[in-house]
Amino acid sequence: MVKSALPADGRPMKKNDVILIVVLLMTAFAAFVSISLYSKLSTREAEAVVYVKGEEQGRYPLSQDTVVELSLENGSYNILQIREGKADITEASCPDKICVKHRPVRGKGENLVCLPNQVVVEIENGEKSEVDAATN
Amino acid sequence: MTKKIAYTGMFTALAFVFSYIESLLPINIGIAGVKLGLANLVVIVALYLTSVKAACILSLVRIVLTGFTFGNPASMIYSLAGGTLSLGVMVLAKKFKFFSVTGVSVLGGVFHNIGQILVAIVVVETASLLYYLPILILSGTVAGVLIGILASVIIKHLEKAFAISE
Repeated sequence: MVKSALPADGRPMKKNDVILIVVLLMTAFAAFVSISLYSKLSTREAEAVVYVKGEEQGRYPLSQDTVVELSLENGSYNILQIREGKADITEASCPDKICVKHRPVRGKGENLVCLPNQVVVEIENGEKSEVDAATN
Repeated sequence: MTKKIAYTGMFTALAFVFSYIESLLPINIGIAGVKLGLANLVVIVALYLTSVKAACILSLVRIVLTGFTFGNPASMIYSLAGGTLSLGVMVLAKKFKFFSVTGVSVLGGVFHNIGQILVAIVVVETASLLYYLPILILSGTVAGVLIGILASVIIKHLEKAFAISE
């Protein structure tokens, strides 16, 4: 008769096994916590960056609700509203109002464009939007 | 000797079939690479009932066969990395007699995943894949416990048959 490979009582687990399992689960948990903390710290806050004629005019963090009036030299204007972490152009002097009709943006790389006024609002930093992530 | 060859062949066939069955099971929780590892059940049983050498051979043959039949060269490399590391750790763990079958199986499951992610990091050249590590440790542990308990039961019953036949 060969010596049994199993513990004498026939149970599938010994105390050492339980310790190993607990240690592994704790390691996984600790790794998860530290990774999510690290990624939270290293991701910079999302900002709406306003460009007029290709030049940067200002940066507004999406975490702070605010209303910015972008007045241009020739009297035209765009009103940029930041609310609930989203940037939206609510009013504009342009004839087509495409920028106003555009849905509010929040994901990295998304933008609002007003061609007649040559205004671009682009989201920088922060997380990519779910739409982009899904279509990639 | 003849018996050894027969057992190794039988275990290899069994592991191969288990790999196939597993590829049919739709365990998909949204994370690539999370699976039960049914083939590892055979490897562990073989490790305890036959020899280290037989377990290594059957593991290698199983991976190559599965890779050619159901996978592709890439999946074969991942399996090979995971399988080698996993088996290496299991052989050591068994040798030191510190853990029972379940503990050995848990280590095998976790290190299988670690081996795969290491290869993935080298291939994709992105260290950010480490973000998967906690999930893979967790899934490796859970799968290892399940396979380990199953293996204990199987070993318990097969042991008698092996003892008589020797």
